[in-house]
Amino acid sequence: MLRVIGKRLLLLVPTLLGLSILLFAWVRALPGGPASALLGERATPEAIAQINEAYGFDRPIIEQYFTYIGRLLTGDFGNSVQTNRPVLDEFATRFPATVELALVALAIAIAVGIPLGYLGAKYYGKTVDHVSVVVSLLGVTVPVFFLAFILKWIFAVQLGWFPPDGRQSPRIDATHATGYYVLDGLLTGELDAAWDAIVHLVLPGLALASIPLAIIARITRASVLQVYGADYVRTARAKGLLPRIIRDRYILRNAMLPVVTTIGLQLGLLISGAVLTETVFNFAGIGQFLADAVFRRDFPVLQGFIIFIAILYSLINLIVDVSYSLIDPRVRVQ
Amino acid sequence: MCNDRSSPASGAPAPAAPGTPEGDAGTSLWRDAWRRLRRNPQGIAGAVIVGLFVLVAVLAPVLAPYAGTALPGRGEITPTSIPGIGEVPGFPLGLDRFGGDVLSKLIWGAQASLIIGLVSTAFGLIGGMLLGAIAGTFRGWVDAVIMRVVDILLSVPNLLLAVSIAAVLGQTPSAVMIAIGASQVPIFARLLRSTMLAQSSSDYVLAARTLGLGKGAITVNHVLPNSMGPVIVQGTLTLATAVIEAAALSFLGLGGGRPETAEWGRMLTYAQNELAIAPQLAFLPGICIAITALGFTLLGEALREALDPRSGAR
Repeated sequence: MLRVIGKRLLLLVPTLLGLSILLFAWVRALPGGPASALLGERATPEAIAQINEAYGFDRPIIEQYFTYIGRLLTGDFGNSVQTNRPVLDEFATRFPATVELALVALAIAIAVGIPLGYLGAKYYGKTVDHVSVVVSLLGVTVPVFFLAFILKWIFAVQLGWFPPDGRQSPRIDATHATGYYVLDGLLTGELDAAWDAIVHLVLPGLALASIPLAIIARITRASVLQVYGADYVRTARAKGLLPRIIRDRYILRNAMLPVVTTIGLQLGLLISGAVLTETVFNFAGIGQFLADAVFRRDFPVLQGFIIFIAILYSLINLIVDVSYSLIDPRVRVQ
Repeated sequence: MCNDRSSPASGAPAPAAPGTPEGDAGTSLWRDAWRRLRRNPQGIAGAVIVGLFVLVAVLAPVLAPYAGTALPGRGEITPTSIPGIGEVPGFPLGLDRFGGDVLSKLIWGAQASLIIGLVSTAFGLIGGMLLGAIAGTFRGWVDAVIMRVVDILLSVPNLLLAVSIAAVLGQTPSAVMIAIGASQVPIFARLLRSTMLAQSSSDYVLAARTLGLGKGAITVNHVLPNSMGPVIVQGTLTLATAVIEAAALSFLGLGGGRPETAEWGRMLTYAQNELAIAPQLAFLPGICIAITALGFTLLGEALREALDPRSGAR
């Protein structure tokens, strides 16, 4: 097992190297070169020359690439154009917000999606099944930010049950030790602060959960349908096993493999969904920062973010593959 | 998306008996697929939605009361109030903050969405097919290099890829189309390559090779036409993605053009500031986007089942 993990980690190296070349070429391909992209409207020839010298854009391209790679390896992703602080620091401050949001969304998606898909398969062709099919269709066809608008309008503007935006009410004066507001509140015993943070997570969490929920429900339904008629399930029924045991140990365990893969692959969707959701709910995480970066052409931030996502994505895939062998011993044999 | 099992219990019509005219031996794959498509209620629903959408988009100049950029109701709006549905005669769906007629803008928006969808999907399809076909035909190191790059690009979430490309190209409507199309290239490339690989080990390819046909001729005349099924399905589904992603890019401020442009994503973007006083400005274009995406998704899924009945059992 360790050897497999080591091998997979080694395989990450060429991928990241390739990605770094693409990203390097990407910024150099900007119209008018990287300097005028940085400056935008303020691009006078003098300013461009100044930037070129300061950032080393006037050096030979190969030298620039190796400087760039050298910086990346030491964790230097450059400074954000918007805030003039190191990109990595900016990520570190905003990361907890997005992780909290993504975890809530994934939890909702799994907690609703798997039962919905399972019931859809169990009551195939009945009302429950139709509901599960419609939900999984709507989840992928209603744009995330439109759903966010609807939720905000109904539950924040009309009913006033949840706050319309932000991570915590301004009236709350909480200590933020870790940056994970819910955890902070629990650690310091400020339970009202923790509760306030949870309340702020509900609407954006629901909006962000929509796509993964739809996909998880769909895959679970298809996968359970396939297992449902299997011979070993029939045998288990004939043996008179409890329905609960048949469901948990025979059907779900065998049907979960594709579902686990799917859940792992949702990460990318959660992150790109977070860009839109956080913007609607003014939720100060990585997504909102990225949306601003796109708008203000903050290329160091975009570059750093893409590398960061690619690493995260590969690691999650690795974890998914490892978790296969925990769910299905047959995979371990190979 | 939904017909995972074609058992009679589903209420879906049973496959035609072998004796019916359409089911005769020797029917082509396409005729067979057409027959299955016609009997799939979801496919019909999708086709009707897509048909209506295309009709509205094409007939926009006839249907829309005003031009897309016209602001006929400029005198009717104030900073605190925007007339809603049915509140001002002559503007059945009300006005937007610029004084534009919402009904006209929704109709012109259909045209904008159709153009964005078609152009970006065509771009992704052609680019992906070229790369996939080259990789699938030449194999060896060409294949390895192309697929490595494709894999790297696939490790970046699709929307993020589109956003990155759009950021480079600048804020213009054509940049959005290219960005969405380009972000689909890796998906089409991988799909076409894998289908071509599967096809190339089939008997008819061996037969063509035995007849002495060249690599190019076999690819163009035999392998490619037989690999088109999954590509067509993916293309239909991509139309749905393109409509949604174009709206998302607009929402993030990458659409370019004038703010009053008649485009669904743009209308939604500006509507967020008026959510409390004029929610219909967000709901109407949002529903249009969702219905259009639903139509293409239903049609795409029905095509998938029609072209490859076995895939329905997945």
